[in-house]
Amino acid sequence: MTDAHGTDEALLVAEGLGKSYGRLTACQDISFSLYPGEVLAIVGESGSGKTTLLQLLSAQLAPTSGRVSYRMRDGVLRDLASLGEAERRFLFRTDWGYVHQDPAQGLRMAVSAGANVGERLMAVGWKHYGRIRQTASSWLERVEIDTARIDDAPRTYSGGMRQRLQIARNLVTEPRLVFMDEPTGGLDVSVQARLLDLMRNLVSELGLAAIVVTHDLAVARLLSHRVMVMKGGRVIETGLTDQVLDDPHEPYTQLLVSSILPP
Amino acid sequence: MNAPAYNFAYLDEQTKRMIRRAILKAIAIPGYQVPFASREMPMPYGWGTGGVQVTAAILGPSDVLKVIDQGSDDTTNAISIRKFFAKTAGVATTTSTADATVIQTRHRIPEASLQSGQVLVYQVPIPEPLRFLEPRETETRRMHALGEYGLMHVKLYEDIARFGHIATAYAYPVKVNARYVMDPSPTPKFDNPKMDNSPALQLFGAGREKRIYAIPPYTQVVSLDFEDHPFTRYRFDAPCALCGAEDAYLDEIVTDDQGSRMFVCSDTDYCENRQAAGHRGSESAAPHKERAHD
Repeated sequence: MTDAHGTDEALLVAEGLGKSYGRLTACQDISFSLYPGEVLAIVGESGSGKTTLLQLLSAQLAPTSGRVSYRMRDGVLRDLASLGEAERRFLFRTDWGYVHQDPAQGLRMAVSAGANVGERLMAVGWKHYGRIRQTASSWLERVEIDTARIDDAPRTYSGGMRQRLQIARNLVTEPRLVFMDEPTGGLDVSVQARLLDLMRNLVSELGLAAIVVTHDLAVARLLSHRVMVMKGGRVIETGLTDQVLDDPHEPYTQLLVSSILPP
Repeated sequence: MNAPAYNFAYLDEQTKRMIRRAILKAIAIPGYQVPFASREMPMPYGWGTGGVQVTAAILGPSDVLKVIDQGSDDTTNAISIRKFFAKTAGVATTTSTADATVIQTRHRIPEASLQSGQVLVYQVPIPEPLRFLEPRETETRRMHALGEYGLMHVKLYEDIARFGHIATAYAYPVKVNARYVMDPSPTPKFDNPKMDNSPALQLFGAGREKRIYAIPPYTQVVSLDFEDHPFTRYRFDAPCALCGAEDAYLDEIVTDDQGSRMFVCSDTDYCENRQAAGHRGSESAAPHKERAHD
């Protein structure tokens, strides 16, 4: 992937990452690098530590061991633990996006869609209503939401629309890295397909790097360049998506792949 | 002192010291909400327990106190608080804005411009401007600490999206000294510009929420807005029916059940002074027919 995107400087580097709660180990000894424009899928059954890992990577949880570094816009690789809270939160609402499985967590359900998309812009100091609204409406268009519904609150939206709105809200500040936690979970198949299609287009259009947590191998195959398979808090297999899914080496991965119903 | 049963101004000296420390801190950090150990007062929450405690803490024997409620000197709340301090502190009271050294207010800032040396004490129900958008106190405190005020504009954005203009008419958020976003208590936004660069000290007390905040004299206070939807004052487009004032904030008074109404100054002292000076409105047959009494 590094060659395809013309850069060999990692965007995000995890080294020996681990998190334990007393005797319970949620995940341990995880190391990898993510490069700009690359989409990494983290797959595994529930309870395998996927979401914990995502929270560690996005600095929402402090790791018990190891560290995560991120290359800031000025090109310097910095340890996330060394960032102040203000810097971390600023990063979170400008350079990063976080798409929750449940859109209600990532959206303000009581304020209009336009304000939801515009919130990040206002947070970085936009003070022109017309421009905020215009940007919001162009993003609604990009995620295929009827712009006539810009003043409706997301609680009047369907599940698929909410998820697309959440994506628009995250991408409006043109982040370089997006974390997605089961972005298609709970959606019906046709809506999933549309959403995946949309995400794939956006990712390639904007050159986003993304880390997608999913238990759905189809999502991994469609979206990601690289796959990490997790089991019991450890990464047991990693490699290019096609490689891992078509020629799995670990018994667990083989089980995972073979448990997909043939079409 | 004409009420030996009470300590001067009701509160005990230790409590007053505690409140004064909170006030000093609030003055040192304009717009920042300082927590304080709010006491139970002999009145229900929502009637100005915060303002009364601040007033009790700053009152001295030589002070002259004025209390207004919605601009008026002669409403129940104003009269009872004025009597409360007349009784427990024995201080002189007045209804004249110019004569007062301490003015406790609910929902208005007097029309007559305040002078250096005067203190305006606001009664505040909900001190947190971000509250209705972010219910978590831990989170709003963090947002204040980090100066993350994008959310405040989300509220204004919603107003414009829904009504075509910023429809927030009271408790209109302001930025104090280019740092903290503050709720100016439920004063009409008409009064917001009076807070900017005021020569008087402005203290805000929220009794139930246990917060004190302040705007020191000559401090910049800016109402939040959008570049293409600038802040505008709001008032009824009519002169006062009693004194003819064109520049004062007006109350709308329904006069019968046929839909008749009149607009009069909400600041009674201002209106009376104007009438005494010979200004007349459309309905002022008998000026001076009423004055506030203690």
